[in-house]
Amino acid sequence: MWRFIGVRLLQAIPVILVVITVTFFLVRIAPGGPFDSEKAVTREVKAALEAQYKLNLPLFQQYTSYLNDVAHGNLGPSFKYPGRSVNELIAAGFPVTAELGLYAMLVALGIGGLAGIIAALKPNTAQDYIPMSAAMIGICMPSFLLGPLLVLVFGIHLDWLPVSGWGDIPGDKILPAITLGAAYAAYIARLGRAGMLEVLSQDYIRTARAKGLPEWQVVVKHSLRGGMIPVVAFLGPAFAGLLAGSFVVETIFQIPGLGRFFVQAAFNRDYTMILGTTVFVSVLIVLFNLLSDILAAWMNPRLRAQFSQH
Amino acid sequence: MISRFLLLVAAVTLLASCGGGESNVASGNRQGILHFGNGSEPQGLDPHVVTGVPEHFIIGALFEGLATKNPYTLEPEPGVARSWDISEDGRVITFHINPRARWSNGEPMSATDYVWSWQRLLSPGLGSEYAYMLFPVKNARSFNRGDITDFGEVGVKALDELTLQVTLDERTPYFLQLMDHYSTFAVHRATIEKFGKMTDRYTPWTRVENMVSNGAFRLKDWKLYRRIEVEKSDTYWDRDNVKLNGIVFYPTENVVSEERMFRVGQLHYTNSVPLGKIPLYQEMADSPYRQAPYLGTYYYLINTLRPPTDNVKVRQALSMAVNRESLNKNVLKGTNIPAYSITPPDTLGYFPPKLFGYDVARARQLLAEAGYPNGEGWPGLELTYNTSEDHRKIAVALQQMWKDALNIEVTLTNQEWKVYLDSVTQMDFQMARRGWIGDYVDPNNFLDLFLTGGGNNNTGFANPRYDDLILHKAPQAATKEERLAVFHEAETMLMEQMPIIPLYTYTSKHLIHPGVKGAPPNLMDWTNFKYVWLDKDWRPTGTGN
Repeated sequence: MWRFIGVRLLQAIPVILVVITVTFFLVRIAPGGPFDSEKAVTREVKAALEAQYKLNLPLFQQYTSYLNDVAHGNLGPSFKYPGRSVNELIAAGFPVTAELGLYAMLVALGIGGLAGIIAALKPNTAQDYIPMSAAMIGICMPSFLLGPLLVLVFGIHLDWLPVSGWGDIPGDKILPAITLGAAYAAYIARLGRAGMLEVLSQDYIRTARAKGLPEWQVVVKHSLRGGMIPVVAFLGPAFAGLLAGSFVVETIFQIPGLGRFFVQAAFNRDYTMILGTTVFVSVLIVLFNLLSDILAAWMNPRLRAQFSQH
Repeated sequence: MISRFLLLVAAVTLLASCGGGESNVASGNRQGILHFGNGSEPQGLDPHVVTGVPEHFIIGALFEGLATKNPYTLEPEPGVARSWDISEDGRVITFHINPRARWSNGEPMSATDYVWSWQRLLSPGLGSEYAYMLFPVKNARSFNRGDITDFGEVGVKALDELTLQVTLDERTPYFLQLMDHYSTFAVHRATIEKFGKMTDRYTPWTRVENMVSNGAFRLKDWKLYRRIEVEKSDTYWDRDNVKLNGIVFYPTENVVSEERMFRVGQLHYTNSVPLGKIPLYQEMADSPYRQAPYLGTYYYLINTLRPPTDNVKVRQALSMAVNRESLNKNVLKGTNIPAYSITPPDTLGYFPPKLFGYDVARARQLLAEAGYPNGEGWPGLELTYNTSEDHRKIAVALQQMWKDALNIEVTLTNQEWKVYLDSVTQMDFQMARRGWIGDYVDPNNFLDLFLTGGGNNNTGFANPRYDDLILHKAPQAATKEERLAVFHEAETMLMEQMPIIPLYTYTSKHLIHPGVKGAPPNLMDWTNFKYVWLDKDWRPTGTGN
């Protein structure tokens, strides 16, 4: 098991290196630079700005110097926000995005998991069709539509919940979590239904029912663990997707998270910030994929056996 | 999993039932705290490094210049300097620093603070994008370029602790206005040197725990991307006249969300208003919507070096075929002012020439004279704009007007912001969307854009006589009337050559809570927070629609 983790982590290093290299050179190719603005600046000012951020060095030297900094955990100063380092900006934004992602995941698992189980219990009846149709709508409904709709209903017409902000007013985290979680709830519902259907048709479930166990015990004790394996395998990429993709929700609700930095950095040509957030998110994706593999292995006896053989 | 879900349902119900507590506006009115939508997170708070409007408001609350502006008249009034003398030839200005002016750490302010601060702004190493604000000062440009290295040669001297003498190259009537721009503010030398060199752009001196400022307010809290709070300063020389106890600035990047925040009482003042909502607000009785002329012009740049727009008749035809009244009424919902020239009307008493109007017959005739009768043989024209729904709407409307009036095809290309900036700077376009917002209220700020080879000219327009009028004749004018007449002559030359198609004069648009007082509309859209107060007795009648 430890060996498996070690190998996977070692494999991650070249992946991250490729990500850095491609991103580093891609952002330089993009037209426009970090210090272009609507008001023209003199050549002297531009040269001084570039010197302050080492942009006057040959490109390859900038690249090796950046790799060296990253190896020491230093992601450099932000170009757009003088006086702030990229590390500091990520440290400010990530906890917010992580918290939002976590709540969204709870919403997704709660609603999606429940809907999946209910649907799987009576396939091809109304009990199946209604939650699954709702799930399909959930998948199709983009967050930039769902968010404002929820705000209109719960924030403005009913006046129950705050319309924006994060941790400023009680309850302001509820609508963003639901907006971000909804699409994932829909996926989880479908995956959960499929997984549960497969498990519920197994012989051991028939045995469990035959020996007279109540239905809820059959579901909770015998089928849930097996039925949720596809969902767990989906969680790793989903969580990484939540973190990287939360920017729409962060924009709608004015949430000071990492997703907004990520996108704005690209528009600003804030080279160090683009690279910093990309590196950070890639590391997260690698870690979450690893974590969900481990979790899936733990839940699946066959895979677990494979691991212990190594 | 099921229990988690139930927990969440319980939490939602609980929070929903206790929602709707006291709004920011209600508590703010009681405590004298203004909740201000500020557009975006400031790049920083170092007055010599940042460049934007959101920074302007926060720095304007934290710092004060030698002279400030009266928010009603925009005339200069005493700030750190309690008075100033201007020599007969207008070239020497002597500022008398108010002996009561203090830094927020209690130290007195002095003339040497300004000498050091202006050296910092002009130092080539700092790379300040606003260094040019001090270019009217003798030798400032040469020092900024690195041609001279001795700051002693630059025209700024501390005659004694409280007397600052500034020598200018030419008479510069708008120089006092520049004293209210954050780039010319003094910064606290010991604080900056504690955290780095004079010319370091990124040091932590602007953090809450480190910052020393000199304005009516001081920095209290800075939560990245959430809010910046300032509180009334107890060292400010005119603290008895400061009415607010504090201001909270919010980075309201999304206009739609900002409007919702206003509706539920989270903001007193919005940075902007979504275009689609404006008609609704305009119809309201006691509307919180306020619209006022703004010192900015929206126009199209024309590349005068490439065919077919190298022909002045083509440029004039394009401009005359645009129905600006219809554009403003139908596309912009009547929220702007049609423009026929670059300088906004009534810029310090100056009114630009109006040489043409919407005239399809004349436009068709000009196009025929240029060799394209009824659009025959038209080689095509590309209009470039930066990606934005509003720019697109305007471009589509104009495309149709040109098709209808002149029977010519214009293709539209949208580019992402930085790509667009690159195209404009490289003059890699035929026609491009542009906007210019004045830094100070003077026609010079708009007309010097089109000097030969100017960094913001971007049209290829070059005329030695025009340059002479702007660079020499206007500064030498003896009276204000004479000076404005020179500008009028120059602007007439410019609009005859038509290197730009002016479309409209901007307006500022805000939603302002009726309890906010002392923040009048003005051409600079400038709020001097020192004058603002909140009506404690104002009570909300409801928070719904």
